[in-house]
Amino acid sequence: MTADPRRGDPRPGDAGAAANRRDAWRGKREAAARRQPSVLTGDVLYLQQVTVSFDGFKALDDLTLHVDPGELLCVIGPNGAGKTTMMDVVTGKTRPDAGRVFFGNQINLLTMSEPEIAQAGIGRKFQKPTVFDFLTVFENLELALAGEKSFWRTFFARLTSRDRERIDEALETTGLASKRGSPAGTLAHGQKQWLEIGMLLMQEPKLLLVDEPVAGMTPQETERTGELLLSLAGRHSVVVVEHDMEFVRSIARRVAVLHEGRVLAEGGMDAVQSDPRVIEVYLGA
Amino acid sequence: MKTPALRLPAAVADRVSVAFLGSLAAVAVAAPLLNLAVPESSPLHLSSYAVGLIGKYLCYATLALAVDFIWGYCGILSLGHAAFFSLGGYAMGMYLMRRIGARGVYGNPDLPDFMVFLNWTELPWFWYGFDRFWFALVMVALVPGALAFVFGWLAFRSRVTGVYLSIITQALTYALMLAFFRNDMGFGGNNGFTDFKDILGFDLQSDATRSALLAATAVALGASYWVCRAVLGSRTGRVLRAIRDAESRTRFLGYRVQDYKLWVFVLSAVLAGVAGALYVPQVGIINPSEFEPINSIEVVIWVAVGGRGTLWGAAAGAVLVNYAKTWFTGALPDVWLYALGAMFVGATLFLPRGLAGLLPVRSRDA
Ligand SMILES: Nc1ncnc2c1ncn2[C@@H]1O[C@H](COP(=O)(O)OP(=O)(O)O)[C@@H](O)[C@H]1O
Ligand SMILES: [Mg+2]
Repeated sequence: MTADPRRGDPRPGDAGAAANRRDAWRGKREAAARRQPSVLTGDVLYLQQVTVSFDGFKALDDLTLHVDPGELLCVIGPNGAGKTTMMDVVTGKTRPDAGRVFFGNQINLLTMSEPEIAQAGIGRKFQKPTVFDFLTVFENLELALAGEKSFWRTFFARLTSRDRERIDEALETTGLASKRGSPAGTLAHGQKQWLEIGMLLMQEPKLLLVDEPVAGMTPQETERTGELLLSLAGRHSVVVVEHDMEFVRSIARRVAVLHEGRVLAEGGMDAVQSDPRVIEVYLGA
Repeated sequence: MKTPALRLPAAVADRVSVAFLGSLAAVAVAAPLLNLAVPESSPLHLSSYAVGLIGKYLCYATLALAVDFIWGYCGILSLGHAAFFSLGGYAMGMYLMRRIGARGVYGNPDLPDFMVFLNWTELPWFWYGFDRFWFALVMVALVPGALAFVFGWLAFRSRVTGVYLSIITQALTYALMLAFFRNDMGFGGNNGFTDFKDILGFDLQSDATRSALLAATAVALGASYWVCRAVLGSRTGRVLRAIRDAESRTRFLGYRVQDYKLWVFVLSAVLAGVAGALYVPQVGIINPSEFEPINSIEVVIWVAVGGRGTLWGAAAGAVLVNYAKTWFTGALPDVWLYALGAMFVGATLFLPRGLAGLLPVRSRDA
């Protein structure tokens, strides 16, 4: 990780810079609060001073976070830190009490409904996989294709060669090519999770939000999932929420540690892991 | 690959469909032949009574198919499909009543007997047009379809599902039954319509007409099967199964679930109406008891016994259960309802895929 020339503020990336980091980050946040989230930034997603309270309890407390194009960002934090709430805010499920959320340079997500946000290019994978058990893997992907979804259009819909290519591509990416004709109900737990990621890909999202992808997976499945998420970064921006440290260590480029609704630390995995405050609230516990 | 002599549409070109449509065609040809062309003295002769029975079973099979289409593939359990069947039957009955003309007991060329009996002097406006066959045919589809549209629009938009939907479909058919029992509705009250004379000028008592009606019913059943298959074979069909298995997930993918449910519900109601319209000239009567809530429940039992989510199994279930009913009501009339209940419980417990599940053929679209 190197400093981002577009920002003009330091982006610390190694353990040695850990001491400066929090101050720098605070400075950046103040700068961010002043500037318009606009052409100046290349962010795919930008949350600015977002607060969400539930009956006075702040699930998100003045949270500021950004996602770069094509990056894989891991968000970690203990249970109740606000990770899922953050995803709810981005996908329009929860409206924040304060703050701003921008997608790309122009799109204000706070004015949009859930389907509109999905349409705009944000895909979300929930913790519990739901695939259509009685349809084949191929058909699951077919139904997830972006495009016309009305009754009469789907009746006359035929797969174009481009559609087929995209489905084949998703089958390759998720390693399910050999299962294309199998009913999704016959897949193993991990394969269902991959299929669900594949279904997200069919909607051509710019940004993928993935909530606890490796919960309940075998070590082999976990490893494979890591490879899959890494292969998605680049073409998509990916935000992974996870509290399996080992897993995060194996895939992370940049990590944000959430605690009590705020970013406690941010940076490379090693830097974050050696941060005393992180150790105190999370790792050392 | 061998080229088939007869090209079937892709939707019904699979082996199960070919077998199903083939048996239907065989019945449609063999039953009239054995009735009309084989002399009565021959053991191969098929009685006119049997022709009528087979025709009736085929109507029930079409109704069962309509119910299975929405229950087996979209998870909509309608317990009110006898209402759509009866409305189609009433529309056809109105045509048949108008055909009687001056041949009725009162000899009134303009008014059906029951209206003369009620001292009515004019034909009510909603009877206009029913002296024409094409008009009656349009109504056979339009009336059940329109009712299903209004009902489904309200129910599916408000996301009424599962057992709640089933209960209000029961209420629907019950309300219609009460309405049709009333003399002032203009549909013959509790006597309904009967004493039909002819259809399109063909004597309804003649063997040839009865055979033709049987064949027409077989064609209608085959056509209904083809229509359902065509829908199920398209991407729409896969969306329907997705709705059946995970409704909110389907909605989350961007499909307007309520629209899908509405259109298949309407299609199913129209098929039920067509079945009812073919039923009335073959049994010679239609009255409000056809709307009884228990009738709609029976249809669901035929489907469950035959095999939900197979179409052909539902049709076969309708024929088998009704054959059993004919036998029981002749031999052991008091036992019939218990037998029906036992069949349903037995199928639910031991044959979750119905009788169709016993056959080695596996329909890929279950
Ligand atoms: N709808 C809600 N109403 C009240 N409290 C909520 C609601 N959703 C989340 N919370 C609370 O907000 C905090 C953050 O939750 P969450 O975002 O699910 O955490 P995480 O996903 O990091 O474990 C938790 O303390 C949780 O109890
Ligand atoms: Mg969570």
